[in-house]
This record gives sequence, C-alpha cells and structure tokens, in this order.
Amino acid sequence: MIKFDNVTKRYETGQDALARVSLEIGRGELVFLTGHSGAGKSTLLKLLTAIEKPTRGQIIVGGQNLGRLSRGQVPYFRRNIGIVFQNHQLLFDRSVFDNVALPLQVAGYAPRDVARRVRAALDKVGLLSKERQNPIALSGGEQQRVGIARAVVNKPSLLVADEPTGNLDPELSAEVMGLFRQFNAVGVTVLVASHDLELIRRMQQRVLALQAGQLIYDGVPAHEPQPA
Amino acid sequence: MNHNRPETSRRETAEPKLRSGASTAGITANDRLRGWLLHHREMAAEAWRRFMAAPLSSAMTSLVIAIALALPAALYVGLANFQQAVAGWDGQPQISVFMDKRARPQALQQFAGKLEADPLVAEVQEVTPEQALAEFEAQSGFGDVLDGLQENPLPTVFLLRPASANQAELETLAQRLRDSALTDSVVLDVAWVQRLAQLTALAQRLLLGFAALLAVGVVLVVVNTIRLHIESRRDEILVVKLVGATNAFVRRPFLYSGFWYGLTGGLVAWGLVMLGLALLSGPAQDLAQSYQSSFELRGMGVTTMLLLVGGAAILGLLGAWVAVMRHISGIEPR
Repeated sequence: MIKFDNVTKRYETGQDALARVSLEIGRGELVFLTGHSGAGKSTLLKLLTAIEKPTRGQIIVGGQNLGRLSRGQVPYFRRNIGIVFQNHQLLFDRSVFDNVALPLQVAGYAPRDVARRVRAALDKVGLLSKERQNPIALSGGEQQRVGIARAVVNKPSLLVADEPTGNLDPELSAEVMGLFRQFNAVGVTVLVASHDLELIRRMQQRVLALQAGQLIYDGVPAHEPQPA
Repeated sequence: MNHNRPETSRRETAEPKLRSGASTAGITANDRLRGWLLHHREMAAEAWRRFMAAPLSSAMTSLVIAIALALPAALYVGLANFQQAVAGWDGQPQISVFMDKRARPQALQQFAGKLEADPLVAEVQEVTPEQALAEFEAQSGFGDVLDGLQENPLPTVFLLRPASANQAELETLAQRLRDSALTDSVVLDVAWVQRLAQLTALAQRLLLGFAALLAVGVVLVVVNTIRLHIESRRDEILVVKLVGATNAFVRRPFLYSGFWYGLTGGLVAWGLVMLGLALLSGPAQDLAQSYQSSFELRGMGVTTMLLLVGGAAILGLLGAWVAVMRHISGIEPR
C-alpha cells in the first residue's frame, strides 16, 4: 500500500527532515508512527499526502508514484486518502453534516449518495444525532470524531491520522483509537502518527519510530517500547 | 458549499462497512456531470447569499462598478442622441445655387436641364421664389412684414446633391456654377458637415478610450474585492484542497461572486443612466422645441442595455478570474 524507497526530504533551509528512509506498509495494516517532535513525523505524513515532494527516493502509495504526480493529479490522489488532523480542521461556518459532506461534494457525488454516506459515517462515529449542529458547539472529542467521519466518508483505502489524540484525555483517546481499529478491521490501511507512547503500547500494533529524520525502529514492541 | 439535503433521512445499516479500494468506484461519469452542474448551481446561489449577507459592502462595490460604467454609458447615449438630432443632415455635402433674380424662366429651365444632365450632380431640387417665401413665412413668423413687400425678393434656388463627396470635384463643380452668368451666388455646404462628422468621430474615439479605461478600473475593483474574499476564506480553501478539491472547484464560488458584482453593477449603471435621462428629458424637449424640432431624447435600447449589463457581468467575471488565478493556486496545504 505504502512504500518508501530511500526517501530523503531536504527543505530549502538545507535541513534534512528525512534521510534515506525506506519502509513498507502492506494493505490492511494498522501502523503507528512515533518520534519526538522534529523527528520527521510531519514530513513523512506530508510526503504521504502529496503536500510535499521527496527530494530523493521514491514513494509509492496505492501503486502511484508520488514524485511523478502532476499538480493536476494531486486532488484526485487525495480523494483516496482520508486525513485526520490533530486540530481536526473543521469549518465552523457550516453544520456537522456539511463538514462531513465536503469530500463527497468535492468528488462530485449525487446529493442522495452524499446524504446516505454522510449519515453512515456519522453513525459510525456515534454523532448522527448532531448532524445539524455547528461543530463549534461540540466537545473536543466530538469534534475529532467529526473529523474522522469526514476522513472516512469517501471510503478511502488509506487513513492517515496526525496526532489524532493530541488534545484529548486518555478516555477519549482510547475511544478514537477504537474507531481506527474498527476501520482497520474492515480492510482500511491506517497510519497513525502519535507521540503518546502509553497508548501505542496498549494497542500492541506495529510501530515505526523516527529520530532525527531516520527510521530507528520498526516492529511490534513486546512490553517496554524501546523507541525514542 | 452548503448542501441541499433531500427529505429522505433513511439510515442504512449496511453502509458503514468500509471496504478497501472502494474509494471513488461508486461514482459514474453521469454522476460526476450531475454533481458538477449541481455544484455550479449551488455555488451561484451561495455566492449570491454571500453577496446579500454583507449588503453594505456589496452595495459599495456594485456602486463603484456602476458609476464607472454609467459614465461611458451616459456618454454613449448622449452621443447617440446627438447623432439622432443631426440625422436630418445626412452628412452629404449640398450645394445651394442662388439664381440671378433677372434670369428669365426659360433660361432657368435650360439651366435646370443642364444640371440634371451633369454627371457630377446626383439630384436637383428646385425651390421657386413662391415656395421659398411660403417656407420663410411659416418658419420665421415675419409673414406680416413680407405681406407689405410689393414683390417677392427671393430668387429661385437649386439645391444640388453632388454625386461625389470628393473635395476637389466639389470645388470644380461649384466654380463652374459660379462662372455661369445666370447664378448670383453658389454656396458649398461642405465644411460644417465634414466638421460635424469629424467631431462625431472624435467623440466616438474619446468615448471608446474612456470606456476602455473605466472597464480596466472595474476589473481592478473586482480583483481587489475577490482577493479579500479569498483571504477571508483561506482556511476553508486549505481544507477542501486537503480532501481532494481541484483548483477549478475552489475557484467556482469566487468566479460567481465576481459575476454577481459585475451584473448588479451593470444593472445599477443602467438605472443611473435611465434616471439621468428622465431628469434631462424635460429640458431637452424644451430646447428642441425652441428649434422647432420634434427631437425627443431617446433612452437606451434593449440591445444596449443587455450589452451594458452583460458586459458588466463579464468584466466582473474577468476580475474574479484574475484574482483566483493569482491567489488560489498560492494557497496550498503546508
């Protein structure tokens, strides 16, 4: 599903955010990406979502070489990925329903399909009753769940989450992780970037750890996570 | 990007199953076209809602556009009216040949025959002294004075329409007529007709330049307004781009906003011109009457109005296009 082959990302400042990173994530995996801030997590996610292009090396996502993606192709590529943001990136000038509907409208779905899929996604995250509310009226955990509903409404084959539990208490974090697990269980490849080691340890899943732009750990931690 | 919800709110329990790879497979080309059309409709409506949501600032922008367009439009209407007023003079030169009072009728007949045979003369109209007198009485109001005269002081006049407008040929013809013993004086009415035509051409040229400059002004006003719209919706643009919106999708609402600004501006400009015409029609009629003219101030024809309003809408669209081209592609997720 995802393949990084000797990927280096050097920013204009001359700093290498990622240095010769190679990794592979198979279809249907649930993988955590961890590391201190500045270790290259965000860069890796930006490369994955075609926000940035690699300086060297190859990135293949779902069979597409991201280095060769033209500007015009990027939107269509992004429609196959669901992205969950730390600060959820909801729009407060419209209802929960309309926020979740965005990816479908962008892709040009018929209104009936939009309504059906939006309600299905909201049902999945347990917020169907709040579809008409403005997301600003929701709690932090609920807002994040709206963000997740929006990320999955298009039924992407890949779900990428950047610090999805960054602002949530442990209980809500566990709830969000539970959702990711459910999506993963139906075949979605999920990549979650997080520095919440405690949570990652409890999930007992494959972990990729970055340090200073290099991949320093790849495996399922036994009991005591060694990375970082 | 508000969405029209259909009334049906049925929940489908089978749906939440997320299958890998089933991303956009469920969308046909037909769906896409319908979705595209729907998006256009929604964006047009939403841009209008946004326009109405800030009535004061929208009105200001529209008014600026309207004033910029009303000026050349008013000049255009004024020029059209001027041309209408002088339309009686078809711009053709005319030669008035005043015959000697002592010329005998037979000689005049011969002279007229020669004129009609002349290849340089297209048309000859004879005004007899009696006709001239009657016309003079009717128009000048000096009938009583003329009644006191024992004989008609007016000569026979031939009004010639030359076959060509060539200056040299006209002069030759006039000179030949002057040389004839039968003519008293020959007046070549060419200079002022030409001046009028030249003046009109000058006014048209000025109007064109003026209109072009103000059109550029309108475009710039819209560019600036739309740029502010784009800035204020930066977050939204970033989010829709992250969920896979193409630049065309992002541009659409702004293009419609520009269109609405232009259209409303054009309509207000039309209103301003009509208002100006209504205010001027009274005095213009009085003036025309003092010249014994049946001239009436003409408004803007339907075609001109459509041109004005449509042109304004296109200028608005153009301004919005410039703004989105310059600013939207620069807003990319970082």
